[in-house]
Amino acid sequence: MARKKASKKTEGRVVVIGAGVAGLTAARELLALGYEVVLLEQADRPGGHVAQWYKLFPDMSPTAPILEDLLSGVREAKLLCGVEIASIGRLGDGFNLILTSGTAISCSAVLVATGFRLFEARRKEEYGYGVYDQVMTNQDLERWFATGQDPRITGRDIRRAGFVHCVGSRDEKAGNTQCSKVCCITAIKQAIELKERFPQAEIWCFYMDLRLFGKKYEDFYIHAQRDCGIHFIRGRVSEVSEAIDGRVIVKAEDTLSGRPVKVSLDMLVLMSGMVCNPGIHALAGSLSLSVDADGFLRSRDNILHLNDSGQPGVFYAGAVTGPKTVPETLAEARSAALAIHRYLRGL
Amino acid sequence: MIDFGFNLAPSSAVNLDEIDLSRYRALLRMEPDARICMGCGSCTATCTAGPFSGMSVRKVLLALERGQHVEVNRMLEGCMLCGKCMMVCPRGINTRHLILSLCRIKQEENYD
Repeated sequence: MARKKASKKTEGRVVVIGAGVAGLTAARELLALGYEVVLLEQADRPGGHVAQWYKLFPDMSPTAPILEDLLSGVREAKLLCGVEIASIGRLGDGFNLILTSGTAISCSAVLVATGFRLFEARRKEEYGYGVYDQVMTNQDLERWFATGQDPRITGRDIRRAGFVHCVGSRDEKAGNTQCSKVCCITAIKQAIELKERFPQAEIWCFYMDLRLFGKKYEDFYIHAQRDCGIHFIRGRVSEVSEAIDGRVIVKAEDTLSGRPVKVSLDMLVLMSGMVCNPGIHALAGSLSLSVDADGFLRSRDNILHLNDSGQPGVFYAGAVTGPKTVPETLAEARSAALAIHRYLRGL
Repeated sequence: MIDFGFNLAPSSAVNLDEIDLSRYRALLRMEPDARICMGCGSCTATCTAGPFSGMSVRKVLLALERGQHVEVNRMLEGCMLCGKCMMVCPRGINTRHLILSLCRIKQEENYD
């Protein structure tokens, strides 16, 4: 079979909405395929959530070189940060976007890579986020690992700490029924990192199930148990209250022994789950994209056409369709670039 | 005091701030693998003595970590040291040796 070599410049401009790791990776591949790429980012800088994180499991890779690598691949793309889309609509075979600044962009295909938002931990009132200074989220802790700046930790000696898994995930009452997938391994990763910073600390993880599905995740779990002495209690934390000594008292049931347990802690970390970035829902309406029961956007199907929105010319990559790990997001972004290539070539 | 016909039962709650972990720590020094139990219950399911004596390696480890020494002692007496639990443990914990070490710790405590 004769192979057709892709011409240096292929016809077509693709708008990628969201310059997180999904958008950056897809943009890089689309550029390599010869397309003109416009990257739109709401925040002031690209990189999305990963830009705020310190290290990534399972290799404890620092995020900075990963982002540098991703950014170096999109130098030829037009990257617009701090922009918002005012409207989007079909124009002939393609699309026309108008930004709130008034700029109009026409394109042949759109890639939605708007990702997720962290579940608002304040909504689980019983855990006391925003009420007690000792309670923080996975995101707050990761930021402290990265910057060392957080009045809740800086200068304190943490002797006893706890992690609450499944905060606002697998929670029907909170409207987020699905598993957020990465919090189990993130809790273990952060517990290990915390133990490294505070070697004297006793650390407890309160979990419903431990879902350690990925490559090397189980090794992390064993390392946390054997080498770091982190305790795992199977039971959901029911309430958090403040003690007279300034610590928080955490109550749960140890379901493996069938007894209630309580423990006072210097610090409690809530593993907030993922919800769909709400900003995309308005755009979804104007492009007739369907939203799934879990609030994330619905792919044409969940096996063969994950990148396909079901609407011609609109594609998905990353956590906009559901919680995903970074490597899963990157793989999906690459496959989205190929799906767009096939669409624009009429293949 | 007036007898109302009922008593207060002691709380079954475990306060992790107050429990005595000296035995657990002594065991960890001898058997570091005691930490890596994931509570699957294979040991309990295969235990020949368990259904009659209440022995369960999983529960022994858990009770130890929660400072429930009376329960630990009661269960240890029901072990025949046959070692079947060791053959089924998916984490490869030498459960038989672990129970032996625990018995040794208990014996030394009794001599004090």
